[in-house]
Amino acid sequence: MINTQDSYLDVYRSMLFARRLEERIASLYRAGKIVGGVYLGRGQEAVSASLGYALKRSLGDVFAPLIRDQAGRVAFGEDPLDFARTYLGSVKGPMRGRDGNIHRGRPSEGMPAMISHLGASVSVINGMLFAKRLRGDSGFVGGATSGEGATSTGAFHEGLNQAAVENLPLVVVVTDNQFAYSTPNARQFACDSLVDRAEGYGVAGHTCVGNDLKECVDTICEAVDNARRGQGPQLVVAQSLRLCGHGEHDDAFYVPDEIRETELGQDCIDTGRDFLISRSLATAEELDAMDEELRSRVREVMATAQRDPQPDPFRDDWRTFSQL
Amino acid sequence: MSIYYIDAIRLALEEALDKDPSVFLYGQDIGRFGGAFKATQGLKEKFPDRVVDAPISEDAIAGLAIGAAIEGMRPVIEMQFADFSSIAFNQIVNNAATHYFRTGVPVPLVMRLPSGGTPGSGPFHSQNLEAIYGHYPGLKVVAPAFVSDAYSLMLEAIACDDPVIFCEHKFLYRWLSTERFRPLDLPIGKGRIIRAGKHATVATYSAMVHEALKAADELAKDGWQIEIVDLRTIKPLDTDTVLASVARTGRLLAVSEDFPFGSVASEVVAKVASSGFDLLDAPPMQHNSKDTPIPYHPNLWSAHRPTAESIKIALLELLNF
Repeated sequence: MINTQDSYLDVYRSMLFARRLEERIASLYRAGKIVGGVYLGRGQEAVSASLGYALKRSLGDVFAPLIRDQAGRVAFGEDPLDFARTYLGSVKGPMRGRDGNIHRGRPSEGMPAMISHLGASVSVINGMLFAKRLRGDSGFVGGATSGEGATSTGAFHEGLNQAAVENLPLVVVVTDNQFAYSTPNARQFACDSLVDRAEGYGVAGHTCVGNDLKECVDTICEAVDNARRGQGPQLVVAQSLRLCGHGEHDDAFYVPDEIRETELGQDCIDTGRDFLISRSLATAEELDAMDEELRSRVREVMATAQRDPQPDPFRDDWRTFSQL
Repeated sequence: MSIYYIDAIRLALEEALDKDPSVFLYGQDIGRFGGAFKATQGLKEKFPDRVVDAPISEDAIAGLAIGAAIEGMRPVIEMQFADFSSIAFNQIVNNAATHYFRTGVPVPLVMRLPSGGTPGSGPFHSQNLEAIYGHYPGLKVVAPAFVSDAYSLMLEAIACDDPVIFCEHKFLYRWLSTERFRPLDLPIGKGRIIRAGKHATVATYSAMVHEALKAADELAKDGWQIEIVDLRTIKPLDTDTVLASVARTGRLLAVSEDFPFGSVASEVVAKVASSGFDLLDAPPMQHNSKDTPIPYHPNLWSAHRPTAESIKIALLELLNF
């Protein structure tokens, strides 16, 4: 069982590291140093980091993160330099300047690179799991994340149904952050709760409150354990609120203030900190020290990435594999 | 014993499954049923774990193949009809095609597309999508016209580290057979002159090769010698072989069964016009199916796509320019 008292502190650390990394990137974006967009996981770190934490690379697990999963990437073990280098277009990053921001991955190391087409990663993770099973491996789990918006796509449906038919150890975590870009849930789906869909697929369904660190860790670890023990695909739906725009270009004017004042609007970094202190899992001083250490690491990572060479169009290899 | 085009595909799949444990087949009805066209008949019995029926989920079939390929397997997926691959379009053109360029990790999958028209198949079971997939960097697209090519190109496609779109012609499945079946040593990307001539070149592929051959036979009665290039591969396109042929004949007719706008024939004409304008004694021509959805009734269908008769008429126009 991976759900120990230490887990809450580990997950919180990943959440905080992701928050600090993203703050720095957002600041660089505002300074005009980043091309394209910047997409933050603000408010969704607890859900994301819990999945990244529950999945273990050492057991052969694979993880398909989405747009707001910096925390999950950190928890799964992504080198923060990959984050900085991809946003900055460094040739030393995993995408070598050929793709940017949140689309990065290291597919050979269990983390496929996402495409912008929502829902597509579910069946890709299925394929990775399917291949492992064909090879005779066992004990592995695949995690894929989704927003509530992606649940409206055919790819999401096909992927989850396929995983159920193949009885794959897949955990899909849907972070219902109330808005798909600007579209509210009322224009996105007409069922009461997205977790009801689990029954329709014939898979186990779980819910948690997305800004409650303990609930996220407990629920997602249980779902991952179930999948690992052969109980088939699991669907987790986490209620959440995006505490930022869709991207840093978006001021999120369409999110009413009232919803920010509900419990959903509480920042998981704050509630997580309160939880750790109230349970005596850490002191305020220890968490402050952790924050300072992470901020310092962020400065190092960014400084390293900013010194990296940029792609040179005259030296770049423009061929795709099929043209080699 | 006659070996049919579809037998060659099955034999190649069987050989690949036999030789390489990382090969597996995934698609609708391909298991015990043997596939809608029986291309996988008997393979489930021989390789029970590696010939797997899929739910009706073209997007997820392609996505699963991408994931498995990333993990080091060599999936071969069947789209029951080429037309249905439009549902998997996103996974193939955005995910599989871009993957190596983005990540440095290749995606060795083969997507089998039973393509082209047969009488009575109508708008959703008859289309040729070669040009559509050829448009995207990162994909290879092959379209064999002969039994031996179907076998050799399939084995090469499975061994290839790129995503390969394998267009099998449904009309050829049980129409085309050979007594002298021998694997070819001609790789993806190479076309082949299958009939020598000096008055005009026809560049084509797949079922249209056979229509062009019939047209050339007809014209030979009047002394016209038509050279025919079987492109074999749509991407990469062997324009060198086409240009060398046009250098000998001075005239080009490009024929493809797809719709005329942005077709494989358009691409061949454009390449020859831009790289071999000085070789031409007449404007290069293209001949395609009509620019309407593919009709159902055989009378309409046989007039909709290029045939030996319509190719002959086009050639006469070209020869008399």
